[in-house]
Amino acid sequence: MSDLIYRINMSNLSFKIEEVPSHWMGLGGRGLTSTIVAEEVDPECHPLGPNNKLVFAPGLLSGTSASNSGRNSCGAKSPLTGGIKESNVGGTSAGIFSKLGIKALIIEGIPADVNSTFYQLHITKNTVEFIPVPELVGKDNYAVLDAMMEKYDKKVAVMSIGRIGEMRMNIANISVKDPSGKLRSHGRGGLGAVMGSKKIKCITVDAESYKEVTIADPEKFKEASKIFTKALQENPISGQGLPAFGTNVLVNILNEAGGLPTRNFREGSWEHAENICGETMAENIKARGGKTTHGCHAGCVIQCSQVYNDKEGKYLTSGFEYETIWALGAHLGIQDLDLIAKMDGLMDDLGVDSIETSVVLGLAVDAGILAYGDGKKAYELLSHDIPNGTPMGRILGSGTHILGKTFGLVRVPTVKGQGIPAYEPRAVKGQGITYATTPMGADHTAGYAVATNILNSGGHVDPLKKEGQVELARNLQIATAAVDSTGMCIFVAFAALDDAKCLPSLIDMINARFGCALTIDDVLNLGKTILRTEHEFNIKAGLGKADDRLPEFMKYEMLPPHNVTWDFTGEEIDEFWNF
Amino acid sequence: MIKITVKLFAQYREGRFKVEQREYQDGISAQEIIDELGVAQALPLGVLMVNSRHEKETYILKEGDIIALFPKVGGG
Repeated sequence: MSDLIYRINMSNLSFKIEEVPSHWMGLGGRGLTSTIVAEEVDPECHPLGPNNKLVFAPGLLSGTSASNSGRNSCGAKSPLTGGIKESNVGGTSAGIFSKLGIKALIIEGIPADVNSTFYQLHITKNTVEFIPVPELVGKDNYAVLDAMMEKYDKKVAVMSIGRIGEMRMNIANISVKDPSGKLRSHGRGGLGAVMGSKKIKCITVDAESYKEVTIADPEKFKEASKIFTKALQENPISGQGLPAFGTNVLVNILNEAGGLPTRNFREGSWEHAENICGETMAENIKARGGKTTHGCHAGCVIQCSQVYNDKEGKYLTSGFEYETIWALGAHLGIQDLDLIAKMDGLMDDLGVDSIETSVVLGLAVDAGILAYGDGKKAYELLSHDIPNGTPMGRILGSGTHILGKTFGLVRVPTVKGQGIPAYEPRAVKGQGITYATTPMGADHTAGYAVATNILNSGGHVDPLKKEGQVELARNLQIATAAVDSTGMCIFVAFAALDDAKCLPSLIDMINARFGCALTIDDVLNLGKTILRTEHEFNIKAGLGKADDRLPEFMKYEMLPPHNVTWDFTGEEIDEFWNF
Repeated sequence: MIKITVKLFAQYREGRFKVEQREYQDGISAQEIIDELGVAQALPLGVLMVNSRHEKETYILKEGDIIALFPKVGGG
């Protein structure tokens, strides 16, 4: 039985289950969500109005036994950037979608009654139920999760929003249940606000009636899968570094390289980095009985996540990532890693993008709302003002760009309205090109030039010089767009960059799954097509070359310790699109 | 003799130190310091920085240099 498109219309609470159009057949994940958004959403529509659509699609290999293939993609027009948005997530939803035969879920319209209550959508093999859930309104993610776990089989997939998504704030994410009953996020771009605008509190997907996905050539698949898994396990980063320290190992290396944005992008290193670094985090975890290794989805062999407990051994958070720790640490000034963990766990429950929220709180220091390093006030803003929708909470919840506008600030770290994460563009110039050019707004995952600028993965391009950066960012963004379509975690890229066996085995798995004969060139062409499709959507939405730029202050403020500026001309940046 | 600050990171710290000021002969190379510390025996060198800039193992150290040694690390 072939996969199907589930199309839901919230204007009249109806659904259709459709055949997959032939030109969508070869697509999955980001390739499919971006294609559907570009084909079906008016680029000029209001992101929170009836003409935006929220699209979910598992990757091409999701639901199979392939290692690290459990990423689900979500796409829409973003209320934060005004452009196209794709955000992918671990958790259990991708595998369950695939096994149930859902190629994509497209959610259209909004209820005609503006006072409509919120709905739960329950998706099973042949039907979609629209269940009013007034009892869940005003509740955050864990309460929703508990209610759904009580109602259904424990394995049910759950995707939900908290109060902040109900209020349609730009920082709202969509939270997804992970295999241990904790939360993962479609984090960036305000996708939770789009879900809130459609009056959907949660989506559940039945995990009892699914069948395993079919594989066209099981023997070939098994063989390729073995090679792929070995490449991930033998790579020193995905096999050893990430499991031992998580992504937070980056604090010290960025700090040492002068690329750790500090005090709202005023300096490139922080004197207190040791307090929040990955090595300190790993020591705390070991001493307190947490877990240094933990997977965000079934089949993950990298296990970069962790369980971080407080001094009493009580759970604080998991999926405790470098970018969040950087933003609350060096950017906002909190030196207490336990408080950062507590805020990270709270952001999961509230359902907010932990990058945008932490970057905006750091900018709030410049706005005079709190003092640098005032963790107590930061916690109060996060736990009280934002979820209660106070006027201050609403301003912060609108994101970094709007806080900057509201307070008349010039030093506002955003591209296309989205907060810049964790890597100083002036001192990691390849990453700066990615921030400027990716159709997503400032997104580090879109083309992770840090790998080659700082980590010596895939060779080395000097982070402080302009030479080679545009080409590096272009190649990485093309490859990433393709990988994001497979359902693979982006951390397979470390093995792909340094191990010649990795990428061919990934393509062999796709070929064995579908009985096709793709080559590396086909896959890279897919990446190019996805990027062009997203870029064209943005142009039609009104985002032009002037939006492919970094904040102006980076051009005239020198960043210590290297005393560098952002020195690319507009023409040099625009060369990115010449492919 | 020259005074050098040596910083170690990730697994390289285990059984060693985080940061130390050490004395070396004039003309010592980064590779010789790596060998002396034995850091790269179990886990190959990932990144070598001197004074916050990426350098090669052949770099000859000068008085007051800060050398930082990392195994292969990554994230994102």
